Amino acid sequence: MTTSTEPLSSVHMPKRRDSFIELNGRERALVFCDLDSWRELLGPFDRLESPWLLPQNVTPQADDGCIVIKGKIDGVSTVVVSMEPAFQGGSLGEVSGAKICAALDLACRDNENGIQTNAVLLLETGGVRLTEANLGLAAVAEIISSLLSLRQLAPIVCLTAGTVGCFGGMSLVAALSSYMVMTVEGRLGLNGPEVIEQEHGVEEFDSKDRALIWAIDGGEQRYATGLADALVQDDVGEIRQAVRGLLKAGVPSVYRSAQVDLYRKRIAALDTAQQFNPEDLRKTWHRENTK
Amino acid sequence: METLEFKFSAKKKGTAKKRAHVGVVGSGDLEVLLEPLDTADAQVRIRTSVPGFSQQWQAVLDRFFMKYDGAVAIEINDAGATPGVVALRLAQAAEASE
Repeated sequence: MTTSTEPLSSVHMPKRRDSFIELNGRERALVFCDLDSWRELLGPFDRLESPWLLPQNVTPQADDGCIVIKGKIDGVSTVVVSMEPAFQGGSLGEVSGAKICAALDLACRDNENGIQTNAVLLLETGGVRLTEANLGLAAVAEIISSLLSLRQLAPIVCLTAGTVGCFGGMSLVAALSSYMVMTVEGRLGLNGPEVIEQEHGVEEFDSKDRALIWAIDGGEQRYATGLADALVQDDVGEIRQAVRGLLKAGVPSVYRSAQVDLYRKRIAALDTAQQFNPEDLRKTWHRENTK
Repeated sequence: METLEFKFSAKKKGTAKKRAHVGVVGSGDLEVLLEPLDTADAQVRIRTSVPGFSQQWQAVLDRFFMKYDGAVAIEINDAGATPGVVALRLAQAAEASE
């Protein structure tokens, strides 16, 4: 006799992966919250769109590509912010930046008032939106300021699942968060491959060489060198589990961003006369040597 | 950029029970915001990054409103979706609003 409550038809079915990457920004945000515990803040019908795009012949999106969900994860109040990867490459503009900033500030205020409120940031973003460059840069600074206040009070978990990755100013946000979760498909880097190639030539970095890009910016490498805290498959259940686990771990005792000496020594110890390959770097900068 | 506005007569109020939002303003796709109206017609406003296709928009909407008779306000933010994609998104929005 089996005591399983699963329907018979599913017992012998091969387990299929439930892709997270294939979800859009809003669907991604919603997989984390407890059932019926959430509401969207400043959703598309509030029409808080970017005023800078129409004059530049770009169609705006009603939520400016930034979805803010306030809900509960395992019963704890949490704000989930998701950048829509398909709208302008998940880029950060004045409005989306202000939404993220306000979400973090409100979470901060709740914590100060004794209501534990955590944050999850789904960073699928090429960084600052070039059509609103200066305002986007200012927004990054404001987000970082809000994030640094909140991270002392509550864990902030960032996730980069792919396929856009997390680049530019928003990679700084990821680096300053409490925890970073990546998939194998995810990428994390300050300058995107195309920017490096454009500025320093194809000999420096070939932005068409996908194997090279992922060997440097990819989730596996970032995790192996201790720059990400969890490496997960592109699977909704697995990603949800990892994020929930890190939220439960609470505020970390040591931040990567506080280990200035460690990272300075790492860079100083590199012999830049020779060309490093990603495998060597993994050995030299192994995640076990991070603490 | 081009902004287009269309009006259709709507026979029924209450076909759309709630507002619906579908799609993304991504390349070749569009975003549809559909809201129930308390009037005798349906209004459509389109903002598209590809100007010069008002006849095609008219044709896609004519076809949609041949079957759909709800009094609704529809806003479309388009990033170069093909007529087929537009028709599917409209149908999806109508379904999500039921």
